[in-house]
Amino acid sequence: MANTYYEFKPYNVGRWVIWGLYALILACAPLVFTSSLSHTMLSQMGIAIIVCLSYNMLLGQGGMLSFGHAVYSGMGAFLAMHTLNLVTKGQWPLPVSLLPLVGGVAAMLFAVVLGWVTTKKSATTFAMITLGVGELVWASALMFPEFFGGEGGISGNRVTGAKPWGITFGPQVQLYYLIALYTFVCTAAMFAFTRTPLGRMLNAVRDNPERVEFVGYNTQMVRYIAFVVAAFFAGVSGGLAALNFEIVTAEVVGGQRSGAYLLFTFLGGATFFFGPIIGAVLMVLAFVLLSEFTKAWLLYLGLTFLFMVMFAPGGIASLVMMNLRVASFGRLRELWVSYLGLGVTGLSALAGAGAMIEMVYHLKLNAALGPELRFMGVPLHAQSVDSWFGAGFLLVTGVLLFELARREYVRQWGETQEFIEKEIKRREMLI
Amino acid sequence: MSAEIFALELKDLHKSFGKTEIIRGANLQVRAGERVAVIGPNGAGKSTLFNLISGRFAPTRGEVRLKGQRIDGKKPYEINRLGLSRSFQITNIFPKLSVFENLRCGVLWSLGYRYTFLKFLANLEDANDRAEALMEMIRLDRKRDILAMNLTYAEQRALEIGITIAGGAEVILLDEPTAGMSKSETTRFIHLIREVTEGKTLLTVEHDMGVVFGLADRIAVVVYGEVIAFDTPEKVRADPRVQEAYLGSVVAAQQAGEGH
Repeated sequence: MANTYYEFKPYNVGRWVIWGLYALILACAPLVFTSSLSHTMLSQMGIAIIVCLSYNMLLGQGGMLSFGHAVYSGMGAFLAMHTLNLVTKGQWPLPVSLLPLVGGVAAMLFAVVLGWVTTKKSATTFAMITLGVGELVWASALMFPEFFGGEGGISGNRVTGAKPWGITFGPQVQLYYLIALYTFVCTAAMFAFTRTPLGRMLNAVRDNPERVEFVGYNTQMVRYIAFVVAAFFAGVSGGLAALNFEIVTAEVVGGQRSGAYLLFTFLGGATFFFGPIIGAVLMVLAFVLLSEFTKAWLLYLGLTFLFMVMFAPGGIASLVMMNLRVASFGRLRELWVSYLGLGVTGLSALAGAGAMIEMVYHLKLNAALGPELRFMGVPLHAQSVDSWFGAGFLLVTGVLLFELARREYVRQWGETQEFIEKEIKRREMLI
Repeated sequence: MSAEIFALELKDLHKSFGKTEIIRGANLQVRAGERVAVIGPNGAGKSTLFNLISGRFAPTRGEVRLKGQRIDGKKPYEINRLGLSRSFQITNIFPKLSVFENLRCGVLWSLGYRYTFLKFLANLEDANDRAEALMEMIRLDRKRDILAMNLTYAEQRALEIGITIAGGAEVILLDEPTAGMSKSETTRFIHLIREVTEGKTLLTVEHDMGVVFGLADRIAVVVYGEVIAFDTPEKVRADPRVQEAYLGSVVAAQQAGEGH
C-alpha cells in the first residue's frame, strides 16, 4: 500500500454537508442514545474529541511528538475547577458555561511559559523535553496539595452561579449540549487553523524545517505559537472535563493521560484532520466499555496499537480515505468479498486469541472463583484441555486462513491501485 | 576600503571545522545585478562559502555584507528577510505539500503574513496570485496540485528555484542548480534560471563550463578555500593560475608549502 499523503482538503464539494452532518450528529446523539450511561459517554467523547484534535495540531500537523499534552488539559481542568469554586463562593460572577474558556486561557498561559522551553528543540529532543515537563508537573501535583488537592483531588458543584433560561447544567444532558457546542466550535476553529499561514507553515516545519528557515520563518517560533494554540484547546477540553466530572485529581496531568492522547490520536489517524475524532470516540469506548467488559483491556489496547503502527501507520482515517479513493473510482465493490474473508478469518483468530487471554487472566486473577468462565457467551473451563484446544484451533486456523485471505486481498488491492494510477495519468493527459 | 556598496561582499572570510580550515580568507565583491558563477575543484569550499553567506554556518572570522549591512553570524531566516535567498545542491523542497503550497510557503513571509493564524490562506489574494505567477514562470502550472514528492527530478529542481525566488530576494544563491541533469535539460534549465533571475544579483555554483561561460558576467574561482580569481569569463579562461588549479598543481603546491 502506497503511503500516500493527502492535503487537509478531502471535502471540497461537500464541505457544508460534512459540517452540517457533524452538527446534526452532535445534536441528535443524545436523542438516539438515551440511557444515562450513553449521555455520560457522549459527554466524554466531546471532551476527548477536543483534546485529541488539539494534540494532533502538534503530532499530525507539526510533527511534534509530545508525551506531555495532559499537562495542559490537566492544568486547564484545575484552574477551571478552582474558578468554579470561586463562583460558588460568590467571589467571581462568571457563568458556568464560560469556565472552559478559563481553562483554555490558563492552559495557554502555562504553554506560553513551559512551551518556550519545550519548543526550543524539535524531534527526539522535543519529545524528551515534553516528558520532562510532564514529570515536573506531576511531581508538583504531589508537592502542592493546596492547589492539586492531593489524593482526593479538588471537587466542585457545577450547579451554581447565574442560571440563564433556567439552564442549571444539573442534568447530564444539559451539560452534554454545552460540551457539544464547545466541541463543534473548537473543531471548526482547529480546522480553520489548518488553512491559515501559520497552519501551513506548521506543515512545512514538519516536512522540512531546514528549508523553512531559508524562506524567512523561524521554525522555533512556528512551533511555539502552534504549541500555545494547541494548549488553549487542550485547556478548554480540561475545563469541560472539570464540569463534567465535578472532580479533578492529579491523574489528569499525568503521563498515562498524555500517553492515551498520543495512542488514540495515532489510532484514529494523525495524517488527517478528522482522524483524532475517530480516535477520541474509540478512547471513550475503550475506557468505559472495554474496561467493563474485560480485565485484559489494556492488553488488547496495546496489541491494537502495535498492529496499527506496523500495518496501518496512517490510522483508521487513512484506511477510510484509501477505501473512499477506491470507491470514487468505482472499484470498491470488487473488494467486498476480500473484506468479508478478512473479517471472518480475522474474527475467528481474534476469538481464539481472546479466549486464551481471558483464560489466563481468569486463572491468575479470579482463581478463587473456580476455573469456569464465560467468554462471548461460550462457557470455558480454564483448566481443561478441551477449552484450550478449541481456542488454539480457532486461533491457528483463523491465522492461517487470514493469511491466505490477506494475500489475495493484497494482490487485488495492488491491481486496483495500479488501475487508479493509470486512470489518473489518463485524466491528466485529457486536460 | 572602498566606498562602493556591493550587493554582496565577503571580507577575509574564514571557516574552520575543528582543526580543518575550509575557508581560508575569502574575499569577493559582487555588484548589484551581476551574475556570478562560482567554480572550483571538488572540495574547494564552494558549498561551504554558500553556507556561510546564507547563515547555515557562522564564519570563524571575517565579514559578510549584504548591501553594506553585516550579516555574518545572523540566522538563516534573518538573512532571508534582508533579501538573500538560496537553493540547495540536494533538492530541498516540501515533499508532502503540493507544488502550489510549496511556492506559497516561499511567498508568505515576504508579503508580511508572518505567523498569523487569523487569516485564511484562501483569502490572501496577493500571496495566491504570486504563487500562481511563480508556477507559470517555472513551467509547473499544470502540476499545481501534485505533491512535490511525485514530481520528476527536473521538475523538483525547478520547484527548488521557484521557492528560492518566491520571496522576491534581490540576491540569489543557487548551489549547483543543474546537478544531475542531462545535457538538454541543463540547457533548458539555464534558460529558465536566466529568465527568472532577471535583474537580480545571482551567484551560482556550476560545474558545466559551457553553462558557466554562457551564463555568467563574472566568474569567481575558488581553490582551497580562497577566491583566487574573480573576473570576466574571457580573462578567467586565460588566467594561468586558474588553468593550473584545474589541473590540480596549485592545490598540491599549496598543500605542500603550507602543510601545518
